[in-house]
Amino acid sequence: MTLPALADRAIVLQARAADWRDAVRLAGDALVDSGCTTAEYTEAMIRMVDDHGPYIVIAPGLALAHARPGPEVRTDGLSVVTLVEPVEFGHAHNDPVRVVIGLAGVAADGHLEAVAQLANAFNDAAAIPALAAATSREAVRQILAGGGVA
Amino acid sequence: MKIVTICGAGIGSSGILKVNAERVLQRLGLTATVVAADIASVGRVAADAQVILTSAEFVELIGPTRADVVVIENYFDSDELSAKLEAAIG
Repeated sequence: MTLPALADRAIVLQARAADWRDAVRLAGDALVDSGCTTAEYTEAMIRMVDDHGPYIVIAPGLALAHARPGPEVRTDGLSVVTLVEPVEFGHAHNDPVRVVIGLAGVAADGHLEAVAQLANAFNDAAAIPALAAATSREAVRQILAGGGVA
Repeated sequence: MKIVTICGAGIGSSGILKVNAERVLQRLGLTATVVAADIASVGRVAADAQVILTSAEFVELIGPTRADVVVIENYFDSDELSAKLEAAIG
């Protein structure tokens, strides 16, 4: 799985979320809307945090929402949600969250290539604030492609 | 040398950690096998590991192990990863 081109519907900019569940649900809805997953996958992503805590907040301001591969995943995909108001996930170091990435993969071993690309983009420390501030889908695509801050 | 990265599903965050750990190891001139796994399989996958990289949430669940359990806060901060890996290995 390499990073698929982000569909318009997979990018939701400057959304409002009441809490972390809402924020993860927005990322899940964007995966559903772009044809990647069923609504059950969204619930599975929320369950991961219910079960294991806010570990999906893997860097300051960024949550990587995901669940296991399974029948809820139709195609590999990614969604990006940015929040107008940051949301607390309860993470000791990386709260509050401004950007939620939804990740879905059909097979566990197919993920790594896409994940490596994500790592490339986010190893640039400016990427998360740039995504949080992005005002166009094209800017989001450019940042995720590792093209730096537009 | 075997390093295992652990998260809830074994695909997303542990995958990011694996990729970044491999990059840091290469920069440090160290050779190790890095495997991403979910918390449910940590006992099996990490039985012969020297280091386990994970988030604070999983430390208790990992339970008794001979490996060094290293908590990473910012998965994209290669300086943090580098310093903690060097301390654990060296």
